[in-house]
Amino acid sequence: MDTLENIKQQIAENNILLYMKGSPKLPSCGFSSQASQALMNCGEPFAYVDILLNPEIRAELPKYANWPTFPQLWVDGELIGGCDIILEMFQQGELQTVIKESAAKNKPAGEEQA
Amino acid sequence: MSIEKSIIEKLSLTFTPRVLDVVNESHMHSGPALESHFKVIMVSHVFEQKRLIARHRAVNECLAEELAGDVHALAIHVYTPEEWETRQHSVPLSPKCLGGSKSA
Repeated sequence: MDTLENIKQQIAENNILLYMKGSPKLPSCGFSSQASQALMNCGEPFAYVDILLNPEIRAELPKYANWPTFPQLWVDGELIGGCDIILEMFQQGELQTVIKESAAKNKPAGEEQA
Repeated sequence: MSIEKSIIEKLSLTFTPRVLDVVNESHMHSGPALESHFKVIMVSHVFEQKRLIARHRAVNECLAEELAGDVHALAIHVYTPEEWETRQHSVPLSPKCLGGSKSA
């Protein structure tokens, strides 16, 4: 698949998606580490793409996103921001709200919270 | 002109900031470049009524040339004068490098 199509599909199919260096368990960059840590603390499952293992996404995504650096957090098809924005929002409690709302909206039918 | 100097010049011109601090954090990271990682702390009226993503996009755009070149990481901490007072002039610390660029 064409890289750009691949990116679009990833963003469309994963309501909470983090593009990062390394993985949440083994991040390869301090900024990616802090971002994934904050996201994990929101308590909802999320998808991630390790851009070090996907050089074509690393090259293509900044152009598509109009965002030059990594990590990048995408929620419901929209770029939320990079590490500084993620942390700032987390400290203000806004990130938790955005993540919880997205998770609730995208819960498969029959799994509604009691 | 050093990259640091050109960053300061461009930001001053575009945002007429009240506070501007550009910190070269390249020593905290792996790799040979002396001007690869920067932190920008800026306070300006320009950011009023603007969401974080819009503020960061404005800074990234202003420094697009640098980001397309040697600058590999740009931490951005930008506030309105009011926010700056509320947070009592404090900014978060940048993380230490974990060697990501080395293995890339």
